[in-house]
Amino acid sequence: MTTIGISPNRLDAAAKVSGKARYTEDLPMAGLRHAVIVRSPIAHGLVKSIDIRPALDFPGVEAVFTYEDVPEALYPTAGHPYNLLAERRDVADRRLLTSHVRHFGDEVAVVVARDVLTAAKGARLVKAEYEEMPALLDRESALAPGAALIHEHAPGNVLRHTVSEHGGSVDELLKKADLVVEGRYKTPMVQHCHMETAVSYAYMDDEDHIVVVSSTQIPQIARRVVGQALGLPWSRIRVIKPYLGGGFGNKQDVLLEPMVAFLTWKLGGVPVQIALTREECFTSTRTRHQFDGEAKLALTRDGVFTAFDLKVWSRTGAYASHGHSIAAAAGSKSPYLYPRAALRYDAVTYYANVPSAGAMRGYGQPQVTFIMDCLVEEAAQALAMDPLELRLKNVARSGDVSPYNNQTIYAAGIYEALTRGSELIDWRRKREFYKNQTGPIRRGLGVACCSYGSNTYPAAVELAGARLILNQDGRVTLAVGATEIGQGADTAMAQLASHALDVPLESFHVVTNQDTDHTPFDTGAYASRQCYTSSSAIAAAAREFAGKILDLAALLSGVPRDAMRLKDGNIVGSDGEHVVFTLAELALQSYYHLDHGAPIVAEAAHKTRLNPPVYCCTFVEVEVDMPLCRVAVKEAWNIHDSGRIINPKLASGQVHGGMGMGLGWALYEEMLLDEKGRVLNDNLLDYKMPAIMDLPDLDCAFVEIIDPTNPYGIRALGEPPLVTPAPAVRNAVWHATGVKVDEIPITPKTLFRYLEKAGL
Amino acid sequence: MFDLRELRRARSVAEAVQLLADHPEARLIAGGTDVLVKLRHFDGQFRHLVDIHNLPEIKFARLEGDRLMVGAGLTFAETIDSPLVKEYIPVLGEACATVAGPQIRNMGTVGGNIANGAVSADTAAPMLVLEPELLVSGPEGRRHLSIHGFHTGPGQVALKRGEVLFGFSFDLKKLAGLGACYYKYAMRSAMDIATIGCAAGVKMEGGVIKEARLALTVAAPTPIRCPGAEAAALGRPLNDETMKNILAALEGDIKPRTSWRATREFRVRIIKALAERMMRAAAERAAGRVQP
Repeated sequence: MTTIGISPNRLDAAAKVSGKARYTEDLPMAGLRHAVIVRSPIAHGLVKSIDIRPALDFPGVEAVFTYEDVPEALYPTAGHPYNLLAERRDVADRRLLTSHVRHFGDEVAVVVARDVLTAAKGARLVKAEYEEMPALLDRESALAPGAALIHEHAPGNVLRHTVSEHGGSVDELLKKADLVVEGRYKTPMVQHCHMETAVSYAYMDDEDHIVVVSSTQIPQIARRVVGQALGLPWSRIRVIKPYLGGGFGNKQDVLLEPMVAFLTWKLGGVPVQIALTREECFTSTRTRHQFDGEAKLALTRDGVFTAFDLKVWSRTGAYASHGHSIAAAAGSKSPYLYPRAALRYDAVTYYANVPSAGAMRGYGQPQVTFIMDCLVEEAAQALAMDPLELRLKNVARSGDVSPYNNQTIYAAGIYEALTRGSELIDWRRKREFYKNQTGPIRRGLGVACCSYGSNTYPAAVELAGARLILNQDGRVTLAVGATEIGQGADTAMAQLASHALDVPLESFHVVTNQDTDHTPFDTGAYASRQCYTSSSAIAAAAREFAGKILDLAALLSGVPRDAMRLKDGNIVGSDGEHVVFTLAELALQSYYHLDHGAPIVAEAAHKTRLNPPVYCCTFVEVEVDMPLCRVAVKEAWNIHDSGRIINPKLASGQVHGGMGMGLGWALYEEMLLDEKGRVLNDNLLDYKMPAIMDLPDLDCAFVEIIDPTNPYGIRALGEPPLVTPAPAVRNAVWHATGVKVDEIPITPKTLFRYLEKAGL
Repeated sequence: MFDLRELRRARSVAEAVQLLADHPEARLIAGGTDVLVKLRHFDGQFRHLVDIHNLPEIKFARLEGDRLMVGAGLTFAETIDSPLVKEYIPVLGEACATVAGPQIRNMGTVGGNIANGAVSADTAAPMLVLEPELLVSGPEGRRHLSIHGFHTGPGQVALKRGEVLFGFSFDLKKLAGLGACYYKYAMRSAMDIATIGCAAGVKMEGGVIKEARLALTVAAPTPIRCPGAEAAALGRPLNDETMKNILAALEGDIKPRTSWRATREFRVRIIKALAERMMRAAAERAAGRVQP
């Protein structure tokens, strides 16, 4: 019986709604101390002096450390696997505390106290004096000749500049084209706003063993980076990930783990916790890279794309974090969408005195897709062609070859997805009906599409591990290195294992907490990778597990091994009916038979060397209130080709969440800075993340094009849902109003500028 | 955890007045939805508190002759649910329903919303249209204040130190025949504060506007009424030409400013659009209004 393609409730549903699920802050630790970081009130400058005495004298404060007390070594924070090639490792540009502050909220000292309030009051008593330097906030000022250096190692404040060209000579194709359209586009800096803020604590349980409990997507990487930051062997660090309240990429970065490990190490093993406030999450964790783009699209008069020419500037902020990987990843995932066109991709990642940008759901793809899709819409307008028809004419079809790596795209369902979506939203009729409106309330339809990857290969190693244990009562424990961070991974993994073993889903217990001392190795939750990469490890572990079960059953029963198999949780004979052993009977034998057997455990690790593309598109209908400059999304559909869907209900939930985030990026969210680089809206009142009233009913559908390269026919889904809503909304607003907005978010304030300019 | 020094619970308005007199450094806390935010940011002015949260004496809504009395301690949620508010001054309940989200509406009070002097307060514009008397108790006894002139500046009101706003008294005779409505313009549909708030109250007679009341928040340093626009409406039918005159006169009534939240020019566009929509909606309500 298969458990793939059905929608059991998520395994942790009851634990979460009943409050039994324990998150990092719910794990009380005797003697826990709290630390608060002293943050820079300026965006760029040098600390001239720092006086910690008033804080140390404050009752309840137990220790204060400054940049003078922390290790000299620079460390990287990006949640990437270690790379054997030194030149491909992440940029190490951060110390635990700094005297050269590079953004508003940068970290100069830390106060440890008996409780949070005392630590916070102590932090306010630390007096630092600064010599201010010019705050370089944007591309113009950061890249200006002679601009102050934000980091010594980056001349001109350029972190990295790469150019790639695939599928032909873009210059020649631009020259030969019947038509070239172009545009300049801008996307904003936004924040993940996961419900559980960043939180970690650490303690020592031996002279040289530090335990870090953390809300992280990447326990194994956090372990390595803590070791690097403190100059300790990596196995001296143990990282535990409990239940986690959302990450969206922000926790695919090493945020607090090195600091809490440092503090407990300095304080003789006393447990120390840092739980950031919402404000600190905005100013001092990570954000999405702001992109500027200048782009051209060459095409024939029939609407066949011949070349994309994209130039992007990606603002990584004060510290590299994921740095150029964001822009580079988007450059590598985009050629799968229109594989018959050439693509030149020129990307600059630069430092600036703004909060650091890192990984955020979509990892550069939302920005680059916005630029590409706006261009496609320009082309449709220039050709007076239906934008849907233009996309259908050019998108990938199964069997196309990617110009990026010359590999065949075995499964490309974007044509099918676009077709399905157009039927669901009634595209042709409504596009016609909403043409040429004039009133104060206008409606419009928009579409956008994108490609994405199933993991990070070959940019990084793709390694996953799974372990199966037969318990004494016949239930099966599944431990994976892949981290459940709210997306439903544990449930999906159990479904994969249940399918592979033919053991009922309710017989599984999934170990939800990853622990670097004993869960199988996996690099973590990012790149929409976990189901795809873990699936092969689970399949391999299941083969070994079933083999051991049948071996023991054969030994004890005398029935030949090949005449038995697992069926619905029993070991059955060749007729498929006769039960030789129940799993519970065999389990007891494995543990307690005086002479034979042993507890049955199987473990497998798998390195994936395939990375098939996935596709999605968004269709939206918007209503624009012209006098009030307000866009309301009335209907929204996301159609995905992610191969076979393991759990349609969980998958739909993931799509709905992504669509909500995408609509927030399209219409509501932006981090605002004043001219000195101070964050103006570092809270959820002033940062206008949409709430439930601001979103329409979110609808989705899947076209399940089975990928022959995966044992289950699955591909990735996690991030793509948020990629396409923004360009779809922008295109719909254009359709409704005749006004083309080349930046997001299209807030009322943005739309106001464009409407006034158009005299509307 | 809050950096709180002292919290004294008052069991009556008289005791609150006494506690404020005895502890001049203390401030009132009712629902706490503003005070606790200030305290979270270590605002030293709020470390000493006199607590009137859930005080039964100021949680009332009752008729006294031709007047409707509403206690300052009613939460937004209680105000929304009050049958008397629904019957006589529905616009106040409608405005309360636009405040933030359910948690805030269950805690925040109508009195606090007016007494803290916020320029964006959602009940301020409907109050300016409904024109209640404000019932105040202080060391020198009780007094009544007009809502007009109560807001004296951003975050500033006409209450003297040590006074407690404990209720509102609405003159139902004067409200007879008034159609009123409120629109909160914010960047989100809920969980937000107003970018612009607009309330209008209109009485119609013989096809012309007999009385016009137009109030705005965040259109000037305090919540305001719009005497110029109101004068332009008086005695006229509510047609396009009158509306044009109202909106032209309105420009002299408002003083919106540019901040990082919105520019002056943007606010002016929104103010005009809202004023037109609210005047028309209020007139429609007035026309269909059942006399109380």
